Amino acid sequence: MTDHAVDSSRLYDEFVKGIWKENPVFVQVLGMCPMLAVTNSAVNALAMGLATAFVLIGSSVLVSLFRRLIPRQVRISTYIIIIATFVTVADFTLEAVVPTVHRELGAFISLIVVNCLILGRQEAFASRNPIHVALADAVGMAIGFAFALFCLGATREILGSGSLFGVSLFGENFEPWVIMVLPPGGFLMLGFILLFFNWVQQRRTLRPSRVSPATREAA
Amino acid sequence: MTDVELTVSVPGREPGSIRLVATLVVTAMLSGIVLAGAFQVTKPVIEANRMRELRAGVFTVVPGATRVRTFTWRDGRLVDAEDDDGASGPVLYAGYDDDSSFRGWAMVGEGAGFQDTIRVLHGFDPTQWRVTGMHILLSRETPGLGDKIFKDADWVASFDALAVEPPITVVRDGRDEAHEVDAITGATISSQAVVKIINEANAAWLPRLPPPGAEPALERDASGDTP
Amino acid sequence: MNDLLWIFVSAMVINNFTLYYFLGLCPFFGVSGQLKTAFRLGLATIFVMLITSLCASFLNAFVLPHAPYLKLIAFIVVIASTVQFVEMLIRKLSPTLFRALGIFLPLITTNCAILFLALTQTSRDYSLVQGVSFALGAGSGFTLALVLMAGLRQEASLASVPEIVKGTALNMIIAGLLSLAFMGFAGLFSAV
Repeated sequence: MTDHAVDSSRLYDEFVKGIWKENPVFVQVLGMCPMLAVTNSAVNALAMGLATAFVLIGSSVLVSLFRRLIPRQVRISTYIIIIATFVTVADFTLEAVVPTVHRELGAFISLIVVNCLILGRQEAFASRNPIHVALADAVGMAIGFAFALFCLGATREILGSGSLFGVSLFGENFEPWVIMVLPPGGFLMLGFILLFFNWVQQRRTLRPSRVSPATREAA
Repeated sequence: MTDVELTVSVPGREPGSIRLVATLVVTAMLSGIVLAGAFQVTKPVIEANRMRELRAGVFTVVPGATRVRTFTWRDGRLVDAEDDDGASGPVLYAGYDDDSSFRGWAMVGEGAGFQDTIRVLHGFDPTQWRVTGMHILLSRETPGLGDKIFKDADWVASFDALAVEPPITVVRDGRDEAHEVDAITGATISSQAVVKIINEANAAWLPRLPPPGAEPALERDASGDTP
Repeated sequence: MNDLLWIFVSAMVINNFTLYYFLGLCPFFGVSGQLKTAFRLGLATIFVMLITSLCASFLNAFVLPHAPYLKLIAFIVVIASTVQFVEMLIRKLSPTLFRALGIFLPLITTNCAILFLALTQTSRDYSLVQGVSFALGAGSGFTLALVLMAGLRQEASLASVPEIVKGTALNMIIAGLLSLAFMGFAGLFSAV
């Protein structure tokens, strides 16, 4: 019974860490290349997030399942073949189901294959953990990544086109801040978001030193 | 890479090279099977999507067209694209209406825009010798400015009956000749690029068109080819 | 000719791989601390891009028409082996150059700019010569962006900056400004 409890709490920890504490984008700053390019609208960001999630979860499950069968020397090549297979399948599926989104994303779907986040998770986690833990980790990381993409995409779309998911928000008189949907906006927006995270982090580290004198006085 | 000792902690169990090769071969084979399967499943849908998109484009630029046939140019004459193996050269579309009668040509042109390559499809009516419509197939022009080349409906409509001789020109002070197009405010270069692409496509294709009335039929006749 | 020049200029400054398409950001932020190393990594990237482009032209002509679904895997294998091969070649021919580039060469394999180059060249149906022009443009554009970034970062490291802005956030904002500056190149080559 306790075993089970420990296990499920670990599963929960592995799942949650990817969403906030070790968020692949905001905290680890991984997988930036395909990310900035596709986040000029919320729809594109979401599609990219889903495609990446599919690849990450699929390959994590496979790698974890066969982790004892894959010899160490050829592990990277094997992982890359597995990842590339999932990416190609995702690419075909998107092209068949949502051709317009696929055209907007273009080559960036194929570029998921060189996303350091995915290979990193296989190497650091899936290859040395049982399948259910690897799955929890992959789902957490995937949600974290998709969440980050969506935040960036939605903010840039709202500021740069005055709309969200293509629905106009501010009416006729809104002058869109076009630069936000252009490439410089991607760099600037991510810069500001990282700045915000740094600020939160700094406040958190400063708080104990601020609180302690006050408590001492109270005592 | 932090805990390498975890993976090398099994001494004396170094796999032989046969095992290494076998792992890679098996993985590659499985991946090949999966990919070929996925390709077979999605291919018809993808091709249908592309075809539908293309038809929709041709139908917008050739008024009245509901059916389309594709040609390429080889050895000095028009050839049905299906007969031309490995065809990747420029293509010409012929639009037909429900009664299978010819309504007009549509051709694709490509060239440098403000930001990146622009690909334009435009319709052409050989009896009136006029452009009948314009549709942007590919563009990465600046949102809010250059993208008016396909978002500004009035500007797109100015291609609906445009004379091609003398070549189309872009004017800034209001169009008054039949071969003139207004420049888009804030996107002069993009509008000039579109016009230049259309002029170039016209220069390439118009001399090749069969005389009006001698267009190939929608259904292919026995000879298959056109004059 | 005009076409080749357009491909080159477009890939180099107008649609700069790093500042417009956000490719190769890992080395862009990772190796741009020092001007000298940035320049060398840029040169190595141009070289690998050139060879990748030639290989991709070859694959497009002979292999991929038969098995289009192998495109991605084929390109990755080609890029990985090209980098390995180039590394061995340079080590053999010029140990000095190898020592200068050595550590950066393997890094190039994971550079998404290379894969993007091969994929874009394929989707645009570039010929061999057009592909070479594209690769040279993309490579020199990457080098240009990397060197400019390294110069800016060296200057910025001397400035007094609030603690929370230091690091990735500052680099992002510098890159944003650089990208803004590169937008001025748009229209450079258009129909007039």
